[in-house]
Amino acid sequence: MWLLLLVPYVGLLWVPFYNFKEPELFGFPFFYWYQLAWVPICSLLIWLVYRSRTPDETP
Amino acid sequence: MSAEIDWTALAIFVFFFALVTVMGFFAARWKSGPVSEHLDEWGLGGRQFGTWITWFLVGGDFYTAYTVIAVPALVYAVGAYGFFALPYTIIVYPFVFAVMPLLWKVAHRHGHVTAADVVHHAYNSRALELAVALTGMVATMPYIALQLIGMGVVIKAIGLTGELPIVAAFIILALYTYSSGLRAPALIAFVKDIMIYIVVLVAVVVVPAKLGGYGAVFSAANDAFVAKGGATGLILKPSQMLAYATLALGSAFAAFMYPHTLTGIFASRSAETIRKNAILLPAYTLLLGLIALLGYMAHAAHIKVTSNNDVVPMLFKALFPSWFAGFAFSAIAIGALVPAAVMSIGAANLFTRNVWKSYINPDISHAGEASVAKVVSLVVKIGALAFTIFLPTQFALDLQLLGGLWILQTFPALVFGLFTRWFRAGGLLLGWAAGILWGSWTAWSNGLKPLATLDIGGASYVFYVGLGALILNVVVAVVVTAVQNVVSPRSTKP
Repeated sequence: MWLLLLVPYVGLLWVPFYNFKEPELFGFPFFYWYQLAWVPICSLLIWLVYRSRTPDETP
Repeated sequence: MSAEIDWTALAIFVFFFALVTVMGFFAARWKSGPVSEHLDEWGLGGRQFGTWITWFLVGGDFYTAYTVIAVPALVYAVGAYGFFALPYTIIVYPFVFAVMPLLWKVAHRHGHVTAADVVHHAYNSRALELAVALTGMVATMPYIALQLIGMGVVIKAIGLTGELPIVAAFIILALYTYSSGLRAPALIAFVKDIMIYIVVLVAVVVVPAKLGGYGAVFSAANDAFVAKGGATGLILKPSQMLAYATLALGSAFAAFMYPHTLTGIFASRSAETIRKNAILLPAYTLLLGLIALLGYMAHAAHIKVTSNNDVVPMLFKALFPSWFAGFAFSAIAIGALVPAAVMSIGAANLFTRNVWKSYINPDISHAGEASVAKVVSLVVKIGALAFTIFLPTQFALDLQLLGGLWILQTFPALVFGLFTRWFRAGGLLLGWAAGILWGSWTAWSNGLKPLATLDIGGASYVFYVGLGALILNVVVAVVVTAVQNVVSPRSTKP
């Protein structure tokens, strides 16, 4: 599960993968909406890892 | 910019500034504890901040006022390249989630207040502790100065001139930080962040509506970049791609090495608090992405500026009534107070724990630590103020850039020790020195650009110099540690 944390690094650091203007979404070129979309995706991935781990000490 | 004072905007600005000043002094009694009796109280707010307070505090001091000014300014000037702040502030969170709870646990178990405390405990080396502490303090000073510059930009937009308003604002800030410690910025962060959210959400809905939609905004920006030429545009030039990715990665690793962000981590109530924040803090990144687009909106609104930093204030003045512009400027100015306060507290904690306690008065009491830190926070702020008044703005910008490179070199010393006991202090210290020297020299010889160029087989690769320095740092640390292990094998301790 912890490997999920590496996914955003691949998705965002491999720039040739998203350095395009098309397809547009709501007037946003691909370059912009693709990166903005990673914000909720990244939160979701971290949440999945958070859910799957065994909880540690109760504070 | 017009030199005329915008009275409506000024009145709103003064109102909000007065509000946060009262809150700042009142904060000493909020979630009360004996503020002057223990550094944990003054410098870490009692180590009790839960998920929401931490969210506002870290959000408030990581996404600074200067960001609100500088990111759109860069995007306005060069386009896509300025957007690296977005991947940077996304990929920082998996790192925070994986590493910062471990750091918190170590700090909590042993009562550490600073990164240098953690490093000293892990390696029992005063030299390495001092290296980490000095790097933190030196990297923080220009960062505080930048917050002042950000505040100066909006004060100028209201029509006030001269240094006096900034000096006055900063003295007030210094006084309530002195009396309330970390509780003051934590409380003010609520007001600041709610104001910034309102401003940005209104701006990203209203501005494109006035300018003909996002399609029109992007196409106006595209036209401007086509006319301008050079390394600008709505997407990256092939030669910019590696620089973009390495800037994002290097900045992400550096972000939570700074004293102000770490102060937010150490002040958290639990490791759970930090994990939840790694999930929730990206909300601010969405905001930052939208803020960055203000740079393109300025093209669509035909804003022309002499200094790129004036893009955001000019856009708000051009498109909004003065009461809302005043509200937006207040949000940005208050947005400068929160990080400036936390940064000065972080630097003061470092000085108190890792210079004063380690070298001048090892037997200092808890109350003594708190009073040293309070005085140092004043000195740090006055230093930053003098910096902005007496030195050219460009100097602060250049130093801030080098500061990012420097703070990144404390990464191996602070983070590796959480996972392995293999590294030794000598190796980490030499790695740190190699990274700082090579990085500073490279940036310096490139005219203080953060990029280095490597030519391999006819192709040249342009990358972030900080990340290059970090790689060198790690290589040196590994080699020297390996040599040390051969020359003088360590005694096997349990």
